Amino acid sequence: MKKIFHGLIFSVVALFSFTTSAAESLLINGAGATFPYPLYSKWFYEYQKINPAVKINYQSIGSGGGIKQVTEKTIDFGASDAPMSDAELSKLSAPIVHIPTVLGAVAVAYHLPHVGSGLKLTGPVLASIFLGQITKWNDVNIAKLNPGKTLPSQDILVAHRTDGSGTTYVFTEYLSKISSPWKTKVGAGKSVQWPAGLGGKGNEGVTALIKQTPGAIGYIELGFAMQNQLPVAAIQNKAGNFIAPAIASVSAAASGVKLSADYRVSLTDSTGAEAYPISSFTYLLVYKKQVDPVKGKALVDFLKWAIHDGQKMAEPLYYAPLPGSVVSKVDQTIGQVQ
Amino acid sequence: MKLDRVFEHVTRGFAASLVVVVVLIGFMLFKESLPAMRTFGWQFPATQVWDPVADLFGGLPFIYGTLVSSCLALIIAVPLSLGIAIFLSELAPPLLKNIVSFLTEILAAIPSVIYGLWGIFYLAPWLRTTVEPLLAKSFGFLPFFQGPPYGIGMLAAGMVLAIMIIPIIASISRDVLQAVPEPQREAALALGATRWETTRVAVLSYGRHGIVGAIFLGLGRALGETMAVTMVIGNRPAISASLFAPAHTMASVIANEFSEATGELYTSALFGIGLVLFSLTLFLNAGARWLVRSTMRGAGGGRE
Repeated sequence: MKKIFHGLIFSVVALFSFTTSAAESLLINGAGATFPYPLYSKWFYEYQKINPAVKINYQSIGSGGGIKQVTEKTIDFGASDAPMSDAELSKLSAPIVHIPTVLGAVAVAYHLPHVGSGLKLTGPVLASIFLGQITKWNDVNIAKLNPGKTLPSQDILVAHRTDGSGTTYVFTEYLSKISSPWKTKVGAGKSVQWPAGLGGKGNEGVTALIKQTPGAIGYIELGFAMQNQLPVAAIQNKAGNFIAPAIASVSAAASGVKLSADYRVSLTDSTGAEAYPISSFTYLLVYKKQVDPVKGKALVDFLKWAIHDGQKMAEPLYYAPLPGSVVSKVDQTIGQVQ
Repeated sequence: MKLDRVFEHVTRGFAASLVVVVVLIGFMLFKESLPAMRTFGWQFPATQVWDPVADLFGGLPFIYGTLVSSCLALIIAVPLSLGIAIFLSELAPPLLKNIVSFLTEILAAIPSVIYGLWGIFYLAPWLRTTVEPLLAKSFGFLPFFQGPPYGIGMLAAGMVLAIMIIPIIASISRDVLQAVPEPQREAALALGATRWETTRVAVLSYGRHGIVGAIFLGLGRALGETMAVTMVIGNRPAISASLFAPAHTMASVIANEFSEATGELYTSALFGIGLVLFSLTLFLNAGARWLVRSTMRGAGGGRE
């Protein structure tokens, strides 16, 4: 009996030491945002092909989880769609840097037969729709903006995300910025108290609601709208132009904003003439002082690769690459990580 | 002999681990929900606001949504399930009985997300274009059938849940009815009762505790169902008398919001919802088990 027991322990120990020695390649763990996950997983896969010694493991558990875990230092880097708030930063035991990786956009998609894509909307009108104050498609406020289109007298059905998400944060942050009724009644957050409409789970849930229901309007990630070929609204930007969401107009949002040193800046309602107003960065969260220098070096190498060579992979997956001016700035920031 | 003792202790340990797990889960839920309880007190399950931006949390819309969608499911599922159970136990020829029993169990094994997909792509559009306008036209004077027909909403959730719990109620009820001793039926028949009278007087009344237990087990499943409901209920934390209106449930709000819930109070409020749901299902299941057992006990001489 005793012999068997010892034998068992021995083999378990042997197994573990074997797996650790087999995994001689460096393992970097990250977790967080789901929105950039398709791009990140492509990056990690491609990077490992170039650099087989480094293996990056990423769990898309949501931005909130990413911030929580990086704060507790259970992972090597976090990822978040919204920048960390001052309250969240104050809980950190060491300074962290935000590394913008790509840009994303929130598209306003709708289901109106015979109207086509490119319905024009302004921020305040969009806010009134989502507040449930504009309830018909042929409302004078919408009709005024779209003189060439015949709008039906159909009820508007608002579709929103029911799960907490960075997409909701960007959308509500934009509405809070552009509409004071929205700011006082609802505000900005990853989940908010929606005054109207139906909730769908995930981008796919909202997409299904929009597709299923004539008269529906909802916000989804740009990639989802493009893949599903849903008609999307052109939103009036700060310069007064109606801009449809597209890779170029999203990238333009980052060039139209004065970046602060920590990149914790909102790109919504950007000043660029061609900028799509509901755009945002997505970030990796990295400690400035890395505990393990070998790992830190590997992480820095990866980050450099991601913001240069990695940017090419963004567009086919419907993410907007960082504009050149931002890349050179982020390069300096990455240089601070040791 | 010594080995017997070891065997006894080991299995006792296994059994105890189960108790420990349940107690630990309950304790964890309680502990984690303390901040929300301290902040909101007894108001927590009684208020309607759910505003993560302002850090105000009340659980009432979710409790309401869970209870109403589950009750709606029972109203639809119970008559159907009892019909199936009576047919299978009392009337069906053996071949048909096997086929229908098999299908009932297949229905129970379908993952809930499949029901959700079916609900959102087929049931909801059908409700929106056909059923809800018809209900509004015929029974529109009742508050239950007023408002715009979205398709997605409480009615859709109730119907999806009903289909999900039919196999549970039907198969347990069938087992209960089959456990009714044969002499019960023979006695009724000997007194000149028809088949319907026999079933009603001798079989159903004998097995009524067990049937109630089966219904409660179905209810337990309906209360905790997450995925399928989330996909069709519309996820709106509001209380509305209309069955066409969107609603929200306890299980869906936890599943939807916890991954991005950052603030301490927010997470704690979600745990609070979890505690309510946990207590409710625990209580119901315990009651149901007890009812089923009280019928099954000493039921020798039943069919099969």
